Amino acid sequence: MALLHIAEPGLCADPHQHRLAIGIDLGTTNSLVATVRSGSASVLEDEAGRTLLPSVVRYVQQDGIPEVGLEAQLHQTDDPHNTIASVKRFMGRGLKDVPGASSKPYRFVDTPGMVRIETRAGIKSPVEVSAEILKVLRSRAEASLGGELTGAVITVPAYFDDAQRQATKDAARLAGLNVLRLLNEPTAAAIAYGLDNTSQGTFCIYDLGGGTFDVSILRLSQGIFEVVATNGDSALGGDDFDECIYRWIVEQCAIADVTVMDARLLLSLARKAKETLTDQDEARIGASLSCGTVIDLSLGAETFFALSAGLIGKTMSPIRKALRDAGLGIEDIDGVVLVGGSTRMRHVRTAVADYFKREPLTNLDPDKVVALGAAMQANLLVGNHKTDDWLLLDVIPLSLGLETMGGLVEKVIPRNATIPVARAQEFTTFKDGQTAISVHVVQGERELVSDCRSLARFELRGIPPMVAGAARIRVAFQVDADGLLSVSAHEQTSGVQATIEVKPSYGLGDDEIARMLQDSFTHAQNDMDARNLREQRVDGLRLLEAAQAALDQDGGQLLSDTERATIDRAMETLRVLLTGQDHIAIKRAADSLNRATAKFAARRMDASIQRALTGQRLDALEV
Amino acid sequence: MAITLSERAAERVQKFLAQRGKGIGLRLGVRTSGCSGMAYTLEFVDETLPEDISFVSYGVTVLIDPKSLTFLEGTELDFVREGLNEGFQFNNPNVKNSCGCGESFNV
Repeated sequence: MALLHIAEPGLCADPHQHRLAIGIDLGTTNSLVATVRSGSASVLEDEAGRTLLPSVVRYVQQDGIPEVGLEAQLHQTDDPHNTIASVKRFMGRGLKDVPGASSKPYRFVDTPGMVRIETRAGIKSPVEVSAEILKVLRSRAEASLGGELTGAVITVPAYFDDAQRQATKDAARLAGLNVLRLLNEPTAAAIAYGLDNTSQGTFCIYDLGGGTFDVSILRLSQGIFEVVATNGDSALGGDDFDECIYRWIVEQCAIADVTVMDARLLLSLARKAKETLTDQDEARIGASLSCGTVIDLSLGAETFFALSAGLIGKTMSPIRKALRDAGLGIEDIDGVVLVGGSTRMRHVRTAVADYFKREPLTNLDPDKVVALGAAMQANLLVGNHKTDDWLLLDVIPLSLGLETMGGLVEKVIPRNATIPVARAQEFTTFKDGQTAISVHVVQGERELVSDCRSLARFELRGIPPMVAGAARIRVAFQVDADGLLSVSAHEQTSGVQATIEVKPSYGLGDDEIARMLQDSFTHAQNDMDARNLREQRVDGLRLLEAAQAALDQDGGQLLSDTERATIDRAMETLRVLLTGQDHIAIKRAADSLNRATAKFAARRMDASIQRALTGQRLDALEV
Repeated sequence: MAITLSERAAERVQKFLAQRGKGIGLRLGVRTSGCSGMAYTLEFVDETLPEDISFVSYGVTVLIDPKSLTFLEGTELDFVREGLNEGFQFNNPNVKNSCGCGESFNV
């Protein structure tokens, strides 16, 4: 018997047409899966009622299904080579890009593109390891929803570059998931809080997880979220607070040397104490260690806050940097969202509230908020919730365009266009008989190609020879929902075609994007002048070539010597000016050449009509 | 005869309505589609229609159009859990056959 859910008025799906969609928060420490049922998003539990799946994979045997989650986590110390935690840090990264790789217990294999890890089940890439986590979440979702999934939205940190995003997408495909799109984690959190229902605003997302800290500034306008700035500390999280308490215990009890077993016990006690202190003023810590020492301590909330004040202080400088990058002050922030289990600590909340001088949003479970937002987005993307309120939430950070004659940029997709997006423009040939064009794809806001970032280059060959300007070449740009670009060129009269996909390694950091934008503002005037100059040069050259071709053809028959001399002089003046920098002078010279050749052009026109009419009977010409 | 909710179903509906933040009740219905002739519909209600017949069960307003009522007379809507899956289930005494999955039926 199929179980039903309540639909929005008028949107009840036909039988067997329910589209099951999920949102996945694929985290460094823990992962979650959520869905929307009966109009509200909820996180799905496993058989034991747990929502968090530790992002740990252990290859138990040479082949067979690896352990994922809690079971794997328990073996982290006794089977370190085959138990892989925090694999998210390796996604789309080469060995040299992984900070602190040497201190990790894994046997890394440095392969081009992405680092791999040697396990007893063979050499595994981070993509394969992540896929194991996703498979577990997928089967949990299928069991909970009672059917096949239409698609999933997976969240990624806002600072993930294209290679990291592509790796995440690949992992999902490997796990048999149809990725509806990748969504930035802070954007997902903002969606979960319904911030997208406000018309506009600027929000700060403070995400303190188990081992990482991220801060993002989001700007919402007309239902579109834009990540304005991100910052963070990849080695700061809840674990550091546990460590803090652990050191305090060791100090209080004057334990000389701690065995590995005792250390693990004390760390878990420290963690419990930290959790107790989120809603109580005192936590008792009691244990007897292997050396015989008996611990019986009481940790007051005030003491804990004092011990860990330094850690909270460390989260403040990324906030300041992010605000500075965004060019904003705290008074510009319309709301603060807390994400990550560690933001349950009271002194974290107080510190954030004090800094922003406003209460942060905390009514959703900070561990689940990202998954909930992803589920809402997934539900929307499969069409279960038809509304115009919001659909497109990510935008292109920099304009995409291509190079035209004279090294100028023709923008095809403007900056801030919402994705997915497809735009096409027609171009033509510059010279008579031109049989190929080179398509140079660039990214940036500046007017000259040399100031923009080159993304890709390809050639369209096999254009049939035609006069300049007769070919019709349609160049189409397509950016999919994950921000990956493909460009195709198609000559319409002959049908020849060429396509390129821009490879993921071309990702730009947020800093770089900000710098490129800033440059485009500061150089606006120079850029316009440079553009004018190059445009005039291209026009002037074309005019010279056309005039020369006409003179060669029938200048002798149609022009007197004086007329010929006038035209030659005008051409010479233009030719000289073209090498200079004065675009106004070039324009004037081109205009005077145009005037000088006006009579000549008229005579050529008459002559060609004469030729066309010669020998024709009048009645044959009547239409 | 009337349409009723089980206590569990009523609790759930009230919770969902609260989370949704708007809506005056629940609409049950039947429409002709699906592999065995008819299919159930289950929706939130934002506005009542003139022809609606309403019932109140455990504090939840249930609306139904008269045509659907002939097929649903005596139905109890329950909320059940099957393994990890959970959702609403129509216990309809009028059903003679239903398709394997129970999403559609005939009377």
